Amino acid sequence: MEGMAIRLQSLRKSFGRTEAVAGVDLEIADGEFFSMLGPSGSGKTTVLRMIAGFEAPTAGTIELAGTDVTRRAPFERDVHTVFQDYALFPHMTLEQNVAYSLKVRKVPKAERLARAREALASVRLEGFGGRRPSQLSGGQRQRVALARALVGRPKVLLLDEPLGALDLKLREQMQVELKAIQREIGITFVFVTHDQEEALTMSDRIAVFNQGRVEQVGTPAQIYERPATPFVAGFVGTSNLLSGDAAEQVVGDRATYSIRPEKIHVLKESAAAEPEHASATGTVAEVVYLGDATRFLVDLDAGGRLTALQQNLETSSEDVAALRGSRVSLQWHRRHNFQVPEASRPSVQDAPGKHVSK
Amino acid sequence: MNLSRPARITLRIAAALGFAVIYVPLFLVLVNSLNPDRSSGWPPPGLTFEWWADAWHSSGARDALWTSVKAGLGATAIALVLGTLIAFACQRYRFFGRDAISFVVVLPIALPGIVTGVALNTAFRTVLEPLGVGLGLFTVIVGHATFCIVVVFNNVIARLRRMPGSYEEAAMDLGAHSFRTYLDITFPLVRSALVAGGLLAFALSFDEIVVTTFTAGPGIQTLPVWIFSNMARPQQAPVVNVVAAVLVLLSVIPIYLAQRLSSDTASGSRI
Ligand SMILES: Nc1ncnc2c1ncn2[C@@H]1O[C@H](COP(=O)(O)OP(=O)(O)OP(=O)(O)O)[C@@H](O)[C@H]1O
Ligand SMILES: [Mg+2]
Repeated sequence: MEGMAIRLQSLRKSFGRTEAVAGVDLEIADGEFFSMLGPSGSGKTTVLRMIAGFEAPTAGTIELAGTDVTRRAPFERDVHTVFQDYALFPHMTLEQNVAYSLKVRKVPKAERLARAREALASVRLEGFGGRRPSQLSGGQRQRVALARALVGRPKVLLLDEPLGALDLKLREQMQVELKAIQREIGITFVFVTHDQEEALTMSDRIAVFNQGRVEQVGTPAQIYERPATPFVAGFVGTSNLLSGDAAEQVVGDRATYSIRPEKIHVLKESAAAEPEHASATGTVAEVVYLGDATRFLVDLDAGGRLTALQQNLETSSEDVAALRGSRVSLQWHRRHNFQVPEASRPSVQDAPGKHVSK
Repeated sequence: MNLSRPARITLRIAAALGFAVIYVPLFLVLVNSLNPDRSSGWPPPGLTFEWWADAWHSSGARDALWTSVKAGLGATAIALVLGTLIAFACQRYRFFGRDAISFVVVLPIALPGIVTGVALNTAFRTVLEPLGVGLGLFTVIVGHATFCIVVVFNNVIARLRRMPGSYEEAAMDLGAHSFRTYLDITFPLVRSALVAGGLLAFALSFDEIVVTTFTAGPGIQTLPVWIFSNMARPQQAPVVNVVAAVLVLLSVIPIYLAQRLSSDTASGSRI
């Protein structure tokens, strides 16, 4: 198909008895920033390694730009990888590291040095070319790994939790930079992470992995607001589900509903319900002060527990701490009730979630 | 760590005694090689290089030195090739009996030399002799290789274990085919371990005597064997001292180099 950078069809991989990847179908478009999100052990790395060619699939096919590459060696595929541990060659200088793919392709020496310097400059490391990887900080190594993978201008770049080793500040900074680089050069990024916030802020589309399968593929907004399965609702954002009796009393229907914490208002118990709002009374079990916001865990009288997130616009930490154990009324607009499809496994794009407004 | 005063003093005395036991005899050998008194009387009445000149002209000692060098180089070459290949196989591939192989490879270094010697002697005589190959330099080389492989194997596998597989994957990912990856990445990263293993193997072979005795043919004498058989002859004693002093110097150099190359890799227990 045209415009498809990567297509995976019924991809499987078993290691002995563990089925690391249990049938994955994915299509990733040219120029897309595509994230694979999932808990530890869900098979993200294994899928990435199969795309790169380090691991042979047990079954299924891998196509790159319309060509079947399932049986090809890594050096016969037009993808480069940024490894989680960066894998910079310790016996080479940064310049030699970055120029390596050009050297292998017999690019003349002068050109390859120029391009390596340019690539190092593009990750703001000009003048570092003569250093060894051991003389760099974690963030600098990460940028060298990126430069090394990008200098050969591959069609696809695979990144396995490249920001995992960095501290929060650097991480946020690198997220912005990565996104900018990707937009600028327009190549396809396949980005593995288990950090949902990272996936939500950076991606064009996200695939949520669970136990070797894809639970849902969609844009960040689709994934966050219309989770296709209870797993996605729980893994992305705070798990905030109403089901069974509680759902029947509060929403009026025995089904599983997901309500995002930030949509819920915490009011005095006596507060009258606004029109078009669902309301539920309960007792505040826990108050967590987060600085800019406060998280309330409320045990509902109808059963179950909901988390509500309130901006600390006027309240202070002392005020909110006093609310622990008090009685409150939770209210939210009915359009924020999102009915989660029951335990089905729709693994295709845009699995329709049903929005209910009662 | 803080030790009490008596403990510190005791430890120092013990250490001094230990070093004395090891190094005083070596020092005596060196001094006696310069001692003009033929029967190594003490204290030396003077200083002479007569014995060094004698040793230089002694054809027995020179032949033995040459034999030792050939045996050491031969055994080291075999050990480098086989030890490296086995180490790669055991570290990079999973196959049936992998753990058994790495155990069997390391075993010869723990076996008493006399057992290895007798076993090899029997094997060579029953297998090689009917084929017309008698005991000789070749059998010595093979005998030495059995334990030289171990040090090469241990050095290389220790290096491979500490080297993440992602270096090689990264090279292939960037377009290098398998052999290119080996040349550019793997070999440079294990080279110092190889050299260290080779030097240790040579040093091991160079002062081996037990296995040599059982595997050498009648005309073959390595330097240690020559020393051993000439020690009993009083008129040869000064020359033996010289040769021993040379042997000490020759073994110290490779071990010193190997230590510097791989301060952290495992080495054989025979050294
Ligand atoms: N070489 C291997 N041999 C045996 N089992 C493996 C191997 N590689 C991965 N697995 C197993 O396959 C499953 C998926 O692993 P994978 O590394 O793909 O997870 P992941 O989603 O990347 O997790 P993480 O977020 O922790 O990196 C795990 O259960 C893991 O134990
Ligand atoms: Mg992983």
